[in-house]
Amino acid sequence: MSANRSSPGAGRRPSPLLVGWAGVAAVLALLPLVYLGVRALEHGPAHAWRIVATGRTLELLARSLGLAAVVVAACLLIGVSLAWLTVRTALPGARAWSVLATLPLAVPSYVAAFAWISTEPGLAGFAGAALALTLVSYPYVYLPVAATLGGIDPAQEEAARSLGHGPLRTFWRVTLPQLRPAAAGGGVLVALYVLSDFGAVSIMRYETFTRAIFTSYRASFDRTPAAALGCVLVVMTVLLVWAEARTRGRAGHARTGGGSARPAPPARLGRLRWAALGWCSAVAAAGVVFPLATLGYWLTAGRSGAWEPERLLETAAATLALAAAGAALTTACALPVGILAARHRGRIVHLLEQAAYAGHAVPGITVALAMVFLAVRYAYPIYQEPPLLVLCYAVLFMPVAVAATRAAVLQSPPVLEDVARSLGDSPLRVLRRVTVPLAAPGIAAGAALTFVVCMKELPATLLLRPTGVDTLATRLWAETTTASYAAAAPYAAVLILIAAVPSYLLGRRRA
Amino acid sequence: MGTTTSRFAAFAAATLLAPLLAACGGQGQEAAPGSTTAAARQASPLVVYSGRDEALIGPLLQKLERSTGGKVEVRYGDSAELAAQLLEEGDKTQADLFLSQDAGALGALAGQGRLEPLPPESLDRVGQAYRAHDGTWVGLSGRARVIAYNPGKTAKAPDSVRDLTRPEWRGKVGYAPTNASFQAFVTGMRVLDGDDATRKWLEDFKANDPKVYEKNGAILDAVDSGEITLGLINHYYWFEKAAEVGAGKMTAKLHFPAKGDPGALVNVAGVGVVKGADQAAAARKAVDYLLSAEAQTYFADQTKEYPLAAGVTSKVEGLPPLESIDAPKIDLGKLSSLQETLAMLQETGMV
Repeated sequence: MSANRSSPGAGRRPSPLLVGWAGVAAVLALLPLVYLGVRALEHGPAHAWRIVATGRTLELLARSLGLAAVVVAACLLIGVSLAWLTVRTALPGARAWSVLATLPLAVPSYVAAFAWISTEPGLAGFAGAALALTLVSYPYVYLPVAATLGGIDPAQEEAARSLGHGPLRTFWRVTLPQLRPAAAGGGVLVALYVLSDFGAVSIMRYETFTRAIFTSYRASFDRTPAAALGCVLVVMTVLLVWAEARTRGRAGHARTGGGSARPAPPARLGRLRWAALGWCSAVAAAGVVFPLATLGYWLTAGRSGAWEPERLLETAAATLALAAAGAALTTACALPVGILAARHRGRIVHLLEQAAYAGHAVPGITVALAMVFLAVRYAYPIYQEPPLLVLCYAVLFMPVAVAATRAAVLQSPPVLEDVARSLGDSPLRVLRRVTVPLAAPGIAAGAALTFVVCMKELPATLLLRPTGVDTLATRLWAETTTASYAAAAPYAAVLILIAAVPSYLLGRRRA
Repeated sequence: MGTTTSRFAAFAAATLLAPLLAACGGQGQEAAPGSTTAAARQASPLVVYSGRDEALIGPLLQKLERSTGGKVEVRYGDSAELAAQLLEEGDKTQADLFLSQDAGALGALAGQGRLEPLPPESLDRVGQAYRAHDGTWVGLSGRARVIAYNPGKTAKAPDSVRDLTRPEWRGKVGYAPTNASFQAFVTGMRVLDGDDATRKWLEDFKANDPKVYEKNGAILDAVDSGEITLGLINHYYWFEKAAEVGAGKMTAKLHFPAKGDPGALVNVAGVGVVKGADQAAAARKAVDYLLSAEAQTYFADQTKEYPLAAGVTSKVEGLPPLESIDAPKIDLGKLSSLQETLAMLQETGMV
C-alpha cells in the first residue's frame, strides 16, 4: 500500500552539512548574477532601466514566453504519452521505443533546426523554432515521467478501477496526480532550455530574448544592454521555478508500505495498438531518423568533406573528458540541493533551490562572459584552463542534475532514513548508507543527462576552452560558419553517437 | 532490469572516473596554453584571437610558424564575441593579436584603448581608406557590398539602395538584418546620410516588405532560384558559389551600386596588436606577414575578397578591380558605432 503523505520530512531539521554544501553550490550558481549586476549597473540604474523599460522588452518577453509555453505543452504531450505507452502498456517493442524516445537528447538544437530548415525553408520562424526545440527537449519530460510511472504502485489504480472508474478516468484522477511533480519538473527544465536556447532560434530566425542578447553582444561591444536584458531573464527564471514549487503542492509520493512496488501489469492496447505504434514511430522519425538522415546526406553529398580521423579522435577525447568532468562536478553540486528540495521545506531550502536554477535561463554567452570577468580578476591561474570550463558547465546545468536528484530522492521512502537515524546513525552516515544508495539510479541518470548537455554546449565552450583545444561542438560550429556542411557532418555524427550512449542507457533503464 | 542497472552503474562510475583518468593521461599531453609551468613560459607562444575561421587562417598561421620559428596559438570565435571577451579580459589578456572579420570590432577595441599603434611602414602598405586613422589596426582584405539580382526577373538592378523603397521592388528584396555585414552597411549609411535620413530609409525599406534571411549565402540562393529578385549581400559570396557550382550554372548576377552610394560600402577584415602584448614584436611580425604578397594572394584566392596591400591584385575571374568600385568615403573605424545602428534596427522592428 502506498499513501500520500503530507510534507515528507516535515519536522526534521536539515543537516547543517547538507545546507553548507548546498550553499557552496548555490553561491557558484549565483556567480553570473554578480557579474550581471556589475555590468548592468555600470552606467547607473537609470541607464539600465532605460534599456529594459521599452516596449521591445515586453515584446521579446512575450515572444520568448509564447515559444516556451508552446514547446512545454508539446513536450508534456509527447513526453507523458510516450512514457505511458513504453512503461505501462503492452506496446510491441516497448524497450526499443523507450530507447528511441530518449535518443533525441543527443541531437543539439542547432543540428535539429538546421536539418529541418535545410529541408523545408518555409519553416523559418515560430513554427520551426517550436518544432526543433520540442523534438530535442521532450526527453526532459519523458525520462522523469517514465521513471515515476515505473515506480508507482498499481494498487491505487486497481482500487480506483474496482470502484468502477474507467481506465481514462483512473489515469486522470489517480495516475496523473502522481506524475505531476515529475512532469512539472521536466516542464520547467524545458522552459528554461527554450528561454536560453540560441542555436535553434537563430537558425529558425525567430527573435527571442536570448537571440536579442546575442545580437546585442555582437553589435554593440557594450556589455551593459546585454547584461540588463540578462537580468530580466533571471527574474523570469526565478518566477518560473517559484511557480513550479508552488504548484508542486504538498503531495509526496514515496511508498510507505512494506516490501517493494509491484510492477504494474501492462495495459492491453487492443485496437489502439496501431495508433500507438504510429505515434511512437512519428516521434522517432521526426526526432531521431530525420536529423540522422540529413547528416548522412551531408556526409555523402558535400564537396567540402574531408575526413580527418586523427583530429576527430582527438576532439572526441577532449569532449569526453570535459563533459565527464562537467557531469561529475554538476552532480556533486546538485546532490545536496536535490536532497534538501526533496526532503525539507522552508525558506532556506527554497532559496537554495532557486539559486541553483539561476544560471540556467541566462544565455551561455552571458554566463561565459561572467566567468571571464570573474576569473581574470580572482582566479587567473585557471583562466582558459579546463577547470574553469567545467565550473561553467556546473553553473549552466545544475538544474538538470537537481531535478533528477530531487525526483530520485522523492521516490525513496523517508521512513527508512528515520529508522537509520533512530538507530543512532549520524546524518552524514544516513546520507551515505540510505539516501544516496536508494536514489543512486536516478542520480546516475541525472549525471548521464548532464553529460549529454555538456557535450552539446557551445557558446561558453567557445570562450572558455583552453586555446587550441576543440570540442565536437566547437568543430561543428567552425565548419558550419564556413558552410562546409560535409566537413561538419562527421563531428555532428560523432557527437550524436557518443551522446547516444548515455541516452541509450537512460532509455534502457526505463524499459 | 538487473543487468541494465549494473551496466548503468558502471557507466555512471565511468563518468565520474573519466575526468581523473583524463587528468592523468589525455590532458597531460596538451600543455595548456598560458599554463604557468616553467616549460610553457620559456617559449611563450604568440596568442591570436581570430574572428576569421580556421579553414582560412589556420594554414596561414602554420606558414607563419615555419617562417618565424615561434609557436602560434589561436582561439577561434565570433569577431564581436571575441572583442567582448578581450574587453572583459582587459589588461590581463594573453592575446597578442586580434584578427577581425570587420572593422567595427577593431574600432571598438581601439576606442577603448586596447590596441597598440602599428609601425608606419606596416600601415603604409594599405591605402588610407582601409586602415585606422590612429594607426591601431590595418585592413587585410576588402569586402564590397553589392546588389545581387536575378536577370530573369529584372533587366537591371537599381543603382542605389535608396531606390529599394520604391513600389516596384515591393516584396522582392532579400536582406539579413542580423548579419554583421548588413549592420555595417546601415552604420555606413548613418555616417554618410545622418541618423534621421537612415531611420527614414529603414522604415520605408521595411514597409516595402523585404524578405528576411539569416545569412548572405541564403539570400544569394534565393536570388539564384528566383524566390526573390534582389538581394543585399557581400560580393565574395557570389564568387564562392560560382567556384563551388561553376559560374555557368549561376543565374544570379552582381551589381555594384553607383558612385558614393551607401550600398557600395567596402568594409574590411583586419588585424590589430593588443595593448600590452608580451609578444608584441612577434605580433608585429605576424601583421607584416599577413600584409605580404604571399598572404594577400592567399586571401584573394581563398575568400575571393579584395587584397588590400599595394601591388597585389586578385586573380578571381570576373571580379571588377577594387579601384573601379566607387565606395563611399567614410572612416571605417566609425563603423564601431553599431550600437546606435542596432537601436535603430530595433526601433524599426528589423531585429
